Amino acid sequence: MTDLVRMTSIDKSFPGVRALVNAQFDLRAGEVHALMGENGAGKSTLMKVLAGIYKADAGDILIDGQSLDIGSPAKARDAGIGIIHQELNLMPHLTAAQNILIGREPRTAFGLLLDEPALNARVAELFNAMHLNLDPATPVEGLTIAKQQMVEIVKALSYRSRILIMDEPTAALNDAEVGDLFEIIRRLKSEGVGIVYISHKMDEIKRVADRVTVMRDGAFVGTVDAKETPISKIISMMVGRELTNEASVVPDLSANPIVLEVDGLNCGALVRNISFTLKQGEILGFAGLMGAGRTEVARVIFGADPKESGEIRIRGRTVPINSPQDAVAAGIGYLSEDRKQFGLIVGMDVRNNIAMASIPKFIGPLGMLDESGMRDAARDHIARLAIKTPSERQETRLLSGGNQQKVVIAKWLLRDCDVLIFDEPTRGIDVGAKSDIYRLLNELAAQGKAIIVISSELPEILRLSHRIAVMCEGRLTGILPARSSQEQIMQLATRLGDEPTTRVMQ
Amino acid sequence: MTAVSEIPEQRFRARVSGWQHRLLAFSGLIALIVVFSLASPNFLQTQNVITILQATSVNGVLAIAATLVIISGGIDLSVGTLMSFCAVIAGVLITNWGLPIGIGVPGAILAGVAGGLVSGLLIARLRIPPFIATLGMMLVYKGLALAISGAKPIYFTETPFFIKIATGSVIGAIIPSLPIPNGVLILFLVAMAIAFVLARTVLGRFIFALGSNQEALRLSGVNIERWKISVYALAGGICGIAGILIASRINSAQPSIGQGYELDAIAAVVIGGTSLNGGRGTMLGTMIGALIISVVANGLRILSVSQEWQIVVTGLIIILAVYIDILRRREA
Repeated sequence: MTDLVRMTSIDKSFPGVRALVNAQFDLRAGEVHALMGENGAGKSTLMKVLAGIYKADAGDILIDGQSLDIGSPAKARDAGIGIIHQELNLMPHLTAAQNILIGREPRTAFGLLLDEPALNARVAELFNAMHLNLDPATPVEGLTIAKQQMVEIVKALSYRSRILIMDEPTAALNDAEVGDLFEIIRRLKSEGVGIVYISHKMDEIKRVADRVTVMRDGAFVGTVDAKETPISKIISMMVGRELTNEASVVPDLSANPIVLEVDGLNCGALVRNISFTLKQGEILGFAGLMGAGRTEVARVIFGADPKESGEIRIRGRTVPINSPQDAVAAGIGYLSEDRKQFGLIVGMDVRNNIAMASIPKFIGPLGMLDESGMRDAARDHIARLAIKTPSERQETRLLSGGNQQKVVIAKWLLRDCDVLIFDEPTRGIDVGAKSDIYRLLNELAAQGKAIIVISSELPEILRLSHRIAVMCEGRLTGILPARSSQEQIMQLATRLGDEPTTRVMQ
Repeated sequence: MTAVSEIPEQRFRARVSGWQHRLLAFSGLIALIVVFSLASPNFLQTQNVITILQATSVNGVLAIAATLVIISGGIDLSVGTLMSFCAVIAGVLITNWGLPIGIGVPGAILAGVAGGLVSGLLIARLRIPPFIATLGMMLVYKGLALAISGAKPIYFTETPFFIKIATGSVIGAIIPSLPIPNGVLILFLVAMAIAFVLARTVLGRFIFALGSNQEALRLSGVNIERWKISVYALAGGICGIAGILIASRINSAQPSIGQGYELDAIAAVVIGGTSLNGGRGTMLGTMIGALIISVVANGLRILSVSQEWQIVVTGLIIILAVYIDILRRREA
């Protein structure tokens, strides 16, 4: 077999991050080559380089043995490279056919008018060739996510791609739909198309892939045969790194009362029958792959999304939480993974941000704000959390990521929350500030706060958590004790469910 | 490989939801007509119906321009003052410079296209948000119209044919019992032409695609800047047509008449069920929306309701129309 693609010594940096370090990858005609690795390992980045969406800082890309400078998506397409993005990129108001041939519509009358019948006929042919039973004239917004995925695939193939990149194509598909997709993949393989298959799901890799390449921290780890290599070997390649960080010290929590009790929580496909308890002074880590439903669970507990069923009890009493307002009143604080969008008002100063959730405390006579009270509270928390800022009047956008995170924490401490949910507390924070945040979380737990930490970084989970809840596809697949191994967590995080999880787009 | 039965059902749902709003707007229009004709015998008289249609023509044409821009995911606040700017250009060309109408009219429309091009360039090239870019241009055209005309109306007294453009009746000449003014005919023709552009041309397809998911269109290799500029240029040209219509109807180019028209135009678009989020909208809906506004104004006037209250009612109708749209979306 000839090499369709050979990528060698690929480097790519983003401001502050080395996303790819001497990465390599190759693809043969007629094979499915799985690309695996933890979140942030560089899989998607490497493939976006191949698809011309990012430009590599260094390295060579050979297509059919010829060196090629892929500078733009259009050039990649001309070279026969198609990519199906993780997030769907369709125009919902247009029909399936209009989406697939956008910019390449059949025309009549000197190229001025659209020939809609010809458009639909051409797409119907494409659908037939793929044995897809889909009406080309259906508006995309009326299709299930699975069918939208199929439309994306047909669109990519309609450019006569010989190299097809699928980035987590089954994330939104149920078992039957996955079966359909694999049928199409097999057909494409037999036609000599080379397929790059990015996925976290081990059983899928076993079913569909010929070879597996594992990446870690932006670098190439190894390429192995998919059928012959045991899953445990692949997982250990993915996890790889030694645990140099200190492990968590679990305090004796046996005498502590249960603060938060979640029972049978359901909401959509990503929160399926979630039940757990959280004790005073405990740090419960939530591990799982991207899209496993961890953030969604937090949002439901916080009342940001409506729950379909289930109960939330605080100190044994059922509390009806229908809005973030209810959650805050019940003593639950949520620190979003997207600080700048949901956690802070970056254009306002530190003082106002800290006071933002506790304004009623600072209303003086005649409804005027008690500015000196706010100042004292802000100064108090700046000292307590060691927030590095010239004064409490500094605009928060001028602070570093770690200090911004501390301002958010201060906001919820001032509100006197018993339960704090941290969603990716150290995302975008440099290493030094990370250990600061870790120390702070431990202190808060020691003071009796009940804490949930959601993190995609296993070392972080292992270092902080007193217990580790692992999620996969909206279900809680297990709760592990502290000092569990990364392999144990990954096994639970990639365990495939038995229930189909089709979502329908609104 | 997939259950066949699902497909027709999905199509049905997607279509019905679009139809519902137009049907509601249309039923609303009929209901208004019924109520007003019961309340006043004068309402449905031929002369009054023609008055309503004539009153709709200018706002209708502007609403068509606004519809194009709104479907593409933008907004154009400058349609009203661009219209009066174009009217002034027509006045300058025809009255001040003594050029023939055959040059003055296309000249005014071209001025509209040029104006739209400027807005399009500001939005697509300089990435200025449409709201701000067209708010700025709204003031620019207003000022220019006043400056060029010396802040005085320009009359078309020496070219009596000019007034016929909107107020004459080609249809009436052929069918005497149907004296529909040319202004209404022009509105109808523009609406048909733009409905055709939306449904059958590449520009139309990209207008919907831009409003639906601009990023997806860009990743499909389409030059979105060029098409965005085209949308605003076309809308500008339509404003030029509206400028001719209004100047012809009042036989003069009034430099400050256009202010406020942009809001009526956007109101007609919204009442007609076009989504302010882009990607969705129809000419038929906009026409119904424009008619509803004129019918309400006319009917309330016939019932001797003061103009102040007409404005209040129009405002409430806009809010109701958008609320119905929100309800529809929640169910879908």
